[in-house]
Amino acid sequence: MPGDPSLHAPPHPGHCSLAIPITGERDVMHAARKARQMAEHLGFSRAQAYHVATATSELTSNMAVHAGGGTLHLRPLIDTDGTVTGLELKAEDQGPGIADLELAMTDGYSTARRLGCGLPGASRLMDEFSIRSTPGQGTRIKAIKWRHSRPADRS
Amino acid sequence: MRIPILRLDRILLVSIQEDLTDDEAMQFQSDLVNRVAEVEALGVAVDITALDVVDSYMARVINDTASMVRLLGAEVVICGIQPFVAMTLIEMGRDLIGADCAFNLEQGLEMLRARIVHRGDTRFTGDEDD
Repeated sequence: MPGDPSLHAPPHPGHCSLAIPITGERDVMHAARKARQMAEHLGFSRAQAYHVATATSELTSNMAVHAGGGTLHLRPLIDTDGTVTGLELKAEDQGPGIADLELAMTDGYSTARRLGCGLPGASRLMDEFSIRSTPGQGTRIKAIKWRHSRPADRS
Repeated sequence: MRIPILRLDRILLVSIQEDLTDDEAMQFQSDLVNRVAEVEALGVAVDITALDVVDSYMARVINDTASMVRLLGAEVVICGIQPFVAMTLIEMGRDLIGADCAFNLEQGLEMLRARIVHRGDTRFTGDEDD
């Protein structure tokens, strides 16, 4: 899929992007830990780092449970002057796709064993959240946490 | 990984040390519920101090387990939710954890004890209380 115009910041050589393969539930914990480490490394507050880790857990466990796996991309967003502006999560899978996106984003809706707030919960933890899903082909979720979006969170 | 269930007289203690896979979560639920029935536990303290990430699935497992244990007739307290985990849970959605909570295991046990005494359960023999 082509790049999103909302992303203006190219990766900085000093901060490495990560692609984490998700093949099963064990990878979910690893991904969440990596996301938290990256957020903390990039200077996010601890509250923000926990939000990112938990959102990562939601997205990757969806892939592990519903899509038979996929890949999580973690990418620092860095301004031209080197300032870290955010952290992007991208979850891509070639699973069955989500038939009704609106329904999947509704609180309380769940196809399987979840509490029904996985995706809406993850979107509330992040500042930007978008899903593209094609039934039969897969799902791509992109979410961004901006570093300075919530000054009150910074510690 | 099987979560050990410790028994202190008729109170059960469990400490979840890391995120559980689906199978582990189901195993944990059935182990705990069976154990509660087996010893006719009066209270259960579930310690989650070690969890950094409580996503909607873990929240559901914890809630469901607490509900099952209550259905059997035991009191439940969730202990040690970290501040940042609490902030994250509320940001994700309200009412993710519906069970009663305590700062730590010690306070959780006190809470259980008070509950058990309050409901007049004289079977509680954990100490010299009258």
